[in-house]
Amino acid sequence: MNESPTVLIYGYGNPGRQDDGLGNAFVEKMEQWVRNKNISSITFDSNYQLNIEDAEAISDKELVIFVDASTEPIDDFCITRVNASEASVEFTMHAVSPSFILHLCNQLFDKYPHCCLLHIKGYEWEFKEKLSSKANANMLKAFDFLCDKLRHPESRISLFKELVEC
Amino acid sequence: MARKITIEPVTRVEGHGKVTIHMDDNNNIVQSRLHIVEFRGFERFVQGRPYWEAPVLVQRLCGICPVSHHLAAAKAMDVIVGAGTGDGLTPTGEKMRRLMHYGQIFQSHVLHFFHLVSPDLLFGIDASPEIRNIIGVSIEHRDLAVQGVMMRKFGQEIIRATAGKKIHGTGAIPGGINKSLSIEERDFFLKGDDPFNADHMITWSLGAVEFIKDYLKKNRELVDNFAAFPSNHLSLVRKDGAMDLYHGVLRAVDHNGKKILHDVDYLDYLDYIGEEVKSWTYMKFPFIKKLGKEDGWYRVGPLARLNACDFIPTPHAQKEFEEFRAYTKGKPNNMSLYTHWARLIEVLHAAEMMKELLHDPDLQGDDLVVKGTKTNEGIGLLEAPRGTLFHHYRINDDDLIEMANLIVSTTNNNTPMNRAVESVAKQYMTGQTEITEPMMNAVEVAIRAYDPCISCATHAIGKMPLKIELYDSQNHLLDKKQK
Repeated sequence: MNESPTVLIYGYGNPGRQDDGLGNAFVEKMEQWVRNKNISSITFDSNYQLNIEDAEAISDKELVIFVDASTEPIDDFCITRVNASEASVEFTMHAVSPSFILHLCNQLFDKYPHCCLLHIKGYEWEFKEKLSSKANANMLKAFDFLCDKLRHPESRISLFKELVEC
Repeated sequence: MARKITIEPVTRVEGHGKVTIHMDDNNNIVQSRLHIVEFRGFERFVQGRPYWEAPVLVQRLCGICPVSHHLAAAKAMDVIVGAGTGDGLTPTGEKMRRLMHYGQIFQSHVLHFFHLVSPDLLFGIDASPEIRNIIGVSIEHRDLAVQGVMMRKFGQEIIRATAGKKIHGTGAIPGGINKSLSIEERDFFLKGDDPFNADHMITWSLGAVEFIKDYLKKNRELVDNFAAFPSNHLSLVRKDGAMDLYHGVLRAVDHNGKKILHDVDYLDYLDYIGEEVKSWTYMKFPFIKKLGKEDGWYRVGPLARLNACDFIPTPHAQKEFEEFRAYTKGKPNNMSLYTHWARLIEVLHAAEMMKELLHDPDLQGDDLVVKGTKTNEGIGLLEAPRGTLFHHYRINDDDLIEMANLIVSTTNNNTPMNRAVESVAKQYMTGQTEITEPMMNAVEVAIRAYDPCISCATHAIGKMPLKIELYDSQNHLLDKKQK
């Protein structure tokens, strides 16, 4: 990894379905922070869901941080390492996973960026634009955590090394 | 005792579905149904919201084709603000919307073909599921898989440039658009390094059409007999009969090509189209009223569009269209798997249209919005990737939406998908006592030809509750489950 690794932060979900938009809201907040701090080499993307072209989008990055809403029994947020997996060919396109994207990237472009997934706990999934207050609080905790990790190039490198399964 | 076989979920279809196949004591197919669990609460949700919010709000419907809903709602709102239907906008407004729409058609069709369908064609529907997927394609046919990824990206970037962003785009507004295309944005698509430019997209699209023609030639017996059944075909066409995926008049032809709907104004769609409700599925069954519920059902989508139109107004796609129509001697093609050929001709048409539009200086214009005398009701139709999409709204004196009716493309294809399932079930499962993986996939291949988008929802709440009930031949409930 370079001294100042290229980082992509990629949030996905439907912001029209309340907390499903956690990943998108996180990216919006993080992008503003990076702009204010004038930090280079960190880019952002956001979409309703991951799709096959994202294999190309991550291929020139060294570290990719996917951000998604979670319904799993976690307290507020957690971050896990993503490994390429063929088993993640899901039965609908709605569920293409980060591990599938990483696997496809490796197959098509011979690249294998370091990838992790930031899970942020969500609670409400109705046809509304706004995050629930509990989900928003979780997003702010995750935001503080990642700001700390991305503030300096050396901590970006250590982020990947520190990843543990939650 | 009669047997009931349930196949769920249907793989590589957008959303969730369930197929039930009923057999009698002698293992003959007596009934096959595709059950759709489609959330229809959205029409009530938009009630009470200001009309100008609709083009953005409706994108919450679907993470697969939000642009189609965005534009159909915008077209309906054009009518409400007195800007007319389709051709009433400024040249910049109409052409920017068209570019957005053809970008959506391009990327959606490419995803469907390269990611969801090509594994079946390259490896065969009876191949092992371990290899019959996009990863298998990337190993065995890497160049093809890369093409699919890059073409998809091109369409997505067109959407980003015209809609403003990839999520909840705001490009189309009642009466027009809110941005034009800058010279820099235009040149990004026209003069980008190979392969990322409009010319290369046409070249790759031509290659994809050749690929499917080669497949069809080598597998004629299979594709000519797979889920083939006569039907009516419905589509928008331009007033002169040309294919037009953004705007036109409603035309329907029967299985022989005889016109049933003679290029009627879609603002009068309620005079021509009805919807039937059946107890065993959440999805309605649209039909042409004058033919009745039994005979009035129709196909929509690429196959129907090529069957309904008289010509395609771009040169490469027109050449392919002539070959397509010649295969059935000028009559409509009623064989489900030929939808893939039709879809790739539309990919080629969309690539040509994008290039043509990108060269049009109207895209850099600054006259973006038209307004006229406001009305309280608006209807917007367009040809979405999967077929004709209807949006209909009525507003009250406070400018709030009080009624919404949406007929989405997959709903229009409800009966054809059920017919396709029935046809394949009889062909592959009659007399069988075990359901093998190839048999199951044959059913799914038939459904996939229609590229259904079932859940109209995104992943976190995409799993709607499903109720499963098991009956014997005397209609006794043997078991029921909900998950």
